Amino acid sequence: MFPARYWREIPQRYRLEANKCKKCGYIGFPPRLVCPKCGGREFEPIKLKSEGKLLTYTIIRVPPSGFKDQTPYAIGIVELDDGAKIMAQLVDVNLEDIKTGDKYHIEFRKVQSDGHSGILAYGYKFVPVR
Amino acid sequence: MVGIVGYGAYIPRYRIKVEEIAKVWGADAPSYKKGLQLWEKSVPAPDQDTISMSVEAAKNALIRAGINGSELGAVYIGSESHPYAVKPSGTVVAEALGATPECRSADFEFACKAGTEAMTVAMAHISAGNMRYAMGIGADTSQGAPGDALEYSASAGAAAFVLGAENLVAECEAIYSYMTDTPDFWRREYEFYPQHGSRFTGEPAYFKHIYGCANGIMKKSGTKPSDFNYVVFHQPNGKFPMRAGLKLGFTKEQIEPGWLTPRLGNTYSGSSPIGLTATLDICQPGDRVLVVSYGSGAGSDGFIFKVTERINEVRDSVKHTVWYLDENKVYLDYGTYAKFRGKIRKND
Amino acid sequence: MRDVAVIGIGMNKWGELWDKSLRDIFTEAALKAIDDGGVDHIDSMYIGNMSSGLFVGQEHLASLLSDYLGQGPIPATRIESACCSGGAAFRSAFIDVASGMNDIVLAGGVEKMNDIGGDGATFALATAADQEYEVYHGVTFPGLYAMMARAHMERYGTTRKQLAEVAVKNHENGSKNPLAQFPFKTTVEGVINSPMVADPLTLMDCSPITDGAAAVILCPADMVKDYKNHPAVKIIGSGHATDTIALSTRDDLTYLKATEIAGQKALKMAGKRLSDIDLCEVHDCFTIAEIIVLESLGFFERGKAAAATEAGETRIGGKIPINTSGGLKSKGHPVGATGIAQIYEIVNQLRGGAGERQVKGAKVGMAQNMGGSGGSTLVHILEVM
Repeated sequence: MFPARYWREIPQRYRLEANKCKKCGYIGFPPRLVCPKCGGREFEPIKLKSEGKLLTYTIIRVPPSGFKDQTPYAIGIVELDDGAKIMAQLVDVNLEDIKTGDKYHIEFRKVQSDGHSGILAYGYKFVPVR
Repeated sequence: MVGIVGYGAYIPRYRIKVEEIAKVWGADAPSYKKGLQLWEKSVPAPDQDTISMSVEAAKNALIRAGINGSELGAVYIGSESHPYAVKPSGTVVAEALGATPECRSADFEFACKAGTEAMTVAMAHISAGNMRYAMGIGADTSQGAPGDALEYSASAGAAAFVLGAENLVAECEAIYSYMTDTPDFWRREYEFYPQHGSRFTGEPAYFKHIYGCANGIMKKSGTKPSDFNYVVFHQPNGKFPMRAGLKLGFTKEQIEPGWLTPRLGNTYSGSSPIGLTATLDICQPGDRVLVVSYGSGAGSDGFIFKVTERINEVRDSVKHTVWYLDENKVYLDYGTYAKFRGKIRKND
Repeated sequence: MRDVAVIGIGMNKWGELWDKSLRDIFTEAALKAIDDGGVDHIDSMYIGNMSSGLFVGQEHLASLLSDYLGQGPIPATRIESACCSGGAAFRSAFIDVASGMNDIVLAGGVEKMNDIGGDGATFALATAADQEYEVYHGVTFPGLYAMMARAHMERYGTTRKQLAEVAVKNHENGSKNPLAQFPFKTTVEGVINSPMVADPLTLMDCSPITDGAAAVILCPADMVKDYKNHPAVKIIGSGHATDTIALSTRDDLTYLKATEIAGQKALKMAGKRLSDIDLCEVHDCFTIAEIIVLESLGFFERGKAAAATEAGETRIGGKIPINTSGGLKSKGHPVGATGIAQIYEIVNQLRGGAGERQVKGAKVGMAQNMGGSGGSTLVHILEVM
C-alpha cells in the first residue's frame, strides 16, 4: 500500500466527494475532468447520497492477499439514491440473506491493512438498512 | 454555560457469550457470570477498530448536534486501542467528518478514562473561547488475554459528544477529577495483551478513585445522591458499578439505564461515555446525571450534566444506544471470535 | 489500405511450463510460425503481453524478444490491453501491413504467469480492473464476472446448469486439442461441484493461470504466392472498441457494449453479415463471459444464448461452433497470448487443418478478444483466400 495513492483518494473514500456535470447531470465518482456522456467540462462538487439499493453482488471465497481474514465476504454494486452506482463490500449481513433489490447504507470501515507495519486504509462499505 | 450539544454511540453487532469462552478454557461459566454480572460482550468485526467506530458515533453526534463536521475546532479520541502507536486516530476521524483542515487533534490515553478526559479538554476549549464546537470521543476495541478473567469482558464500542456553548442538550454544571499513580492494570509498549494486579484492581484502584471522585464532585457542587435522576459509572463488569453506586447511596433505578456491561462487556474508554448516551436517550428535560469514569493507572473523571428541553428534539434523530446494543446481534463461536480479534498466529 | 493475409501460425503446448522462461516460450512459438509460413525474415513484430513486469519483473519485451528471435534490428512493439493484448497486437500488425509500412510482420503474444505464485497472479490480473474503486475493495476477476452472472441469471433466467454447459462444451473441444492446457472432458456435475470461487462461479467456470505463447505471420495478400502453399487466409475485418473500466459505471451489467461495437465494425469492414460466419472464437475467461459475448455479438438474442448453448447450438457441428479450440477454459489463458491463439485456431480451421475439431466447409471465421471485465475488445474476421 503506497501512502500517496491511498491519501489521494481520501476525499472520495472518507466523504464520498464526487462531481456532477453541469450540462447533463452525470455523476463522476471519482470526480471527472470531462463528462463521458456529453463531453462537458464544467462540473459542480457534490457528495454522494449514502443510501441505495443493491443491483448485484457476489461472495468472494478465493480472496486476494490482504483479504484472507475476511473471507468469505460479499461485495456488490449499489445504486445510490442519487443514481450513482458504486462497488463496495456488503457487511454485517448473513451471506445467505443477501438479495438484490435490498436497501443498504454506507458505513465507515477499515478496508485494508498493509501487513503488521504498513498503513491502515479506510473507506466505505455497505450495511443493510434496518 | 458549556455542555453537550449532540451525542451518539456505535456498537458492533457481533457478540460472544461467557459460556463460549469458558468452554475453551475449561472455566466455570456460571460462576464467571455470577461473579462478573456479565453474560455476553460485543466483538468488533475485522474491519472495525477505534477509528471506524468513532467515525460512526461521531456522525450520530453531529446529527443530534445539528451541525456540520466543518464546524468542529477539535476532535479528541480517548482509547487504549488506537490503531496506530504513532499517527493519531483523531486526524482520520476529523478528515472523515469534514472537520479538516481548521481543526486540531491529538490522541488521548489513560486506560478507560481516556474518553472522559477527551470530553473534558474539548469542553475546556469551549470555555476558553477557542472554538464554537469540539468533539470528545471514547472508543475502544480492547484485547483481553486468552484465558484471562478480562477476556470475558473486554469488548468494543464508541461514544461521541459534540461539546459547545449553544443549543445544549445537557449543560455541564461541574467537572472534577481524582487521580493517583496506581499500577492496577497496564500494557507495556510492544506487548499485545495488558496485565493486571488481580484483586488489587478492586478496592485500592477502582473503588478508591470512584468514591474519591464521586464524593469530591458532590462536595464541590453541594449535591447528594438524591439530587440526581441518574448516575453512570465506569463499568468493567456488572458487579463493580452496582456495588459502588449502592455504597455511595444511589439506587438501582438511578444506575440501571446507563448500566450496560452485563450485555455489552467493558468497552474501556467507551464504557461510561456509552452509558451516558444510553442514559440521555431516556432522560427528560431537567434531569440531572452524574458521570464518574475510571481509568486504570489511575484516575476518575466526574461530570454533572443537567438535561435541557432540547433533548426532546434530538433524542430520536438517531438510533438509540440500546438499538445498537440489542438489535441484529450475531453470536460467534470462540474460533471466529479469535480470528476476528487477531489472536491467531499466522504467517504474514 | 492493402489487403493482408495470414501465412504462418505457431503455438506451443500451454500449461505450467516450469522449465521455460518467458523468452523461451515466445521464441518457440514465433519460430513455429516463421517455419509454418516459410518466411526467411520479418520486417517488424508486435507482442501482446499484459504484465510481464509484474509476472517476471521484465519489461522492454520489444528489445528482449526481437533479440532472442534473432531479428534485431527490426522494429518491435509490446502492446498491452489487459486480456486482449493479443488481439490488439494482431490489429497493430494488420495496420502495419495494410498501411504499406511493412510487409512481413509477426504478431505474437506471450504470458508467463506461474513464476509468481497464486497470490501474485491474482494481483497482476486485478490490474485490469479499476484499482482504486474496484480492486481496493477486495473484488477479484471471478468476482466481477460473478456479479455479471447474477445479474444475467436474475434478468433472463439463465441457469447454473446452462453456465456449466459452456465449460462442458469447451472441454469437449479442448480434449481434441493437443496444445490445450487441460485436454480433458468434464461434466455438468463436475463443474457445479467444483469449489466455489465467487458465488455463483466455481473453479470450473473460470479459465486457468497458464504459461504459453502463440504467433502468426502477416503479409500483403498479393505476396502469399511467394510462400508455402497452405491456403492463405485474408483478414477481412477488424473492429476495436473500449468501454468503462469499472463494472459499476457500465450502462448494463448483462451486456458488453464494446463487444457489440467492435463486432459491428468488423462486420462492416468485411462486408459480411453474422450469418456468414462459420465459426467464432470468443473470450470465455469465465463461462458467463461466453454467454454475454454471444449475445453482444448478436449470434443470439439477449437472454437466449444460455439455452442455445444447452441445446448444443454452439458445438462443433452445431448452428454456430464457438471455441472449437477449447476456449480459454480448456486451452488455457496466458493473457497476452490468448488473442493470437484465437487467430491461430481460426486460420487452422479455415485451412482445413483442425483434425478432429474441424468445422466442415469453414470459410469465414471470427475471433473476439476482450480485456478486463469488457473494458476493451478486439474482433477480427478472416476468410480463406
